Amino acid sequence: MKDTRATARPIITLEAVEKYYGDYHALRGISAEIRQGEFFSLLGPSGCGKTTLLRTIAGFEDLSAGRLFIDGQDMAGVPANKRPTNMVFQSYAIFPHLSVAENVGFGLRRTRLSKTDKAARVEAALAMVGLSGYGGRAAHALSGGQRQRVALARALILEPTVLLLDEPLSALDKKMRDQMQGELRRLQRQVGITFILVTHDQEEALIMSDRIAVMFEGQIAQLDTPQMLYRRPVSRKVGEFIGVMNFLPARATVADETHIEVEAAGLGRAVIGPDQLPGGWHPGQTQSVGIRPETMSILYPGETTDRRVATGVVEDLSYYGDMTYYEVRLDGVERPMTISMKNLVGRPVLERGTEARVAWDARSLVLFA
Amino acid sequence: MSDRIRGPRIGRSEAAQGYLLVATPLAYALLLLAVPLGAIVLFSFWSQDYLTIDTTLTLKNYREALSDPLYRQLLLRSLMISAAVTAATVLTAFPIAYYVSFYVPPERKAMWIFLITIPFWTSYLIRVFLWKVILGYNGVFNTTLLGLGIIDEPLTFILYNANAVVITLAHAYAPFAILPIFVALEKIDRSLHEASRDLGEGYLSTFWRVTLPLAMPGVVAAVLIVFIPTIGDYVTPMLVGGPDGRMIANMIQTQFLRLNNAPMGAALAVLTMAMVSAVALVFVFLNRRFLRGRQ
Repeated sequence: MKDTRATARPIITLEAVEKYYGDYHALRGISAEIRQGEFFSLLGPSGCGKTTLLRTIAGFEDLSAGRLFIDGQDMAGVPANKRPTNMVFQSYAIFPHLSVAENVGFGLRRTRLSKTDKAARVEAALAMVGLSGYGGRAAHALSGGQRQRVALARALILEPTVLLLDEPLSALDKKMRDQMQGELRRLQRQVGITFILVTHDQEEALIMSDRIAVMFEGQIAQLDTPQMLYRRPVSRKVGEFIGVMNFLPARATVADETHIEVEAAGLGRAVIGPDQLPGGWHPGQTQSVGIRPETMSILYPGETTDRRVATGVVEDLSYYGDMTYYEVRLDGVERPMTISMKNLVGRPVLERGTEARVAWDARSLVLFA
Repeated sequence: MSDRIRGPRIGRSEAAQGYLLVATPLAYALLLLAVPLGAIVLFSFWSQDYLTIDTTLTLKNYREALSDPLYRQLLLRSLMISAAVTAATVLTAFPIAYYVSFYVPPERKAMWIFLITIPFWTSYLIRVFLWKVILGYNGVFNTTLLGLGIIDEPLTFILYNANAVVITLAHAYAPFAILPIFVALEKIDRSLHEASRDLGEGYLSTFWRVTLPLAMPGVVAAVLIVFIPTIGDYVTPMLVGGPDGRMIANMIQTQFLRLNNAPMGAALAVLTMAMVSAVALVFVFLNRRFLRGRQ
């Protein structure tokens, strides 16, 4: 399934897109291709330009420089109401003076459908988002989750080429959000429309997306699949932003084309492949290695392993029920690192001050150099 | 705690404190509003018998007021002038409120609203006299148009008639109309406009389908605020209205002070109030309809 998407034609092409607000440089040379039918996320902290980028695609903001193509058409000078995009707003922007059905059918005025056809389309759109029979309700009588579904139905009823979602789940409570994440994903597969989601929630982006563009300060730091972003971040910043990543000071030398030798504090010497240097070689930069908490484990007394072993002390721990997050300070390292362990039968939670043997793999290392 | 216990006896319970609090304004409202109003209504059912007042209850005044063409015409004219003032005021106020709400940068809006209220810094009488100077036979308006060669002789239809009353009142009530409309426009979530554009509507259709319906409560409020006081306006028609611009309030004054027929004047006053109430109720009903489905 992923393979067909990988070869799908680009539906949105961004070429060196720039956006200035006065002196403020909001978008700095964004170039990217978003493919037909994929669930694409723009992920980044607030102020990184992700919403601005979404709004330029929607046509609410002009480009200061660069070009934007949707389905092969240059969008320069095309106003928002003439673009083949529809948007789900962060506030949902449900028209308060209209009923649910009038909201959903708002965009159908310009179509030449008969009244009965329109009503049927509205009902079908409501059914698609699980709101059958809600058409007659007043918009203000809806809950947050229902408003969101109305906003979705209203945008999808026009069968846009691209559906834009501006932090659609941020106003919902945790339980509702988890449910809507699954539903959005299912809906996207069902309708086959390209979805572009703006979010600051890395977990949400990982769960829902086919590909993610991580943005910092108006630039795309990395554009990749969720797995590659998590396992092979191109910079410490990306690694820190997505999940938890431990960083250790390191010294690396290139042995040959396929091997890189790394000497990491606390872990020792290791040989890694070029794919473990996703950000490329930048001579002169402070070198470090990154390693994810779940790729390491603490060995219990008597436990043996064929993995590499480092030693340290448990300095602190956080108990989450299913998991325990240990803060382990490796010998010869200043700052403790986080190691996550599943709480299995026969694996009692370790106490503070316990001497710990830490098992790790060279394959889990990411080198930033 | 101890203060409350030792407080005045009457202020012990919360309810008593509440009554004490509203007692003064209540007395004020009773003495200055309810009592005179009751007196007017009572007077309207009495009749004038040369120099004395006949206190037997009668509908004679109402019969006369509704059958005499002079009163009927005056009531109707007041209604028409007031409607014209309201229409002129609200129609000119809307673009101003719209401009301030949508095109003035947020940090300058307070300044604009402040500037709009500047006409209130001078007395209303002075403003009415200024309109006389502007609209008069040799006034600013006519002299300018003559000087520019647009007209050959001064326009006479702009002063001492109903037009002058409409112009003067529309100017006087403009801020009262601008403010409620401005507030209603400010309350509209801007993303609603974007949503409308996103769903394929242009600027004009977005205005008709989103902005105007959502601004309606403000428009209705503006209509009421302008309509209710203007229908009973007395000063403006007297100063700039001329014989054709006289309104019902002028007749009420004549009945009370010149013709010494207080019961007739009272009946006309009650009829005017009834008319205002009827129109106001229609708009309140309309407003409720527009408010349906708002948060």
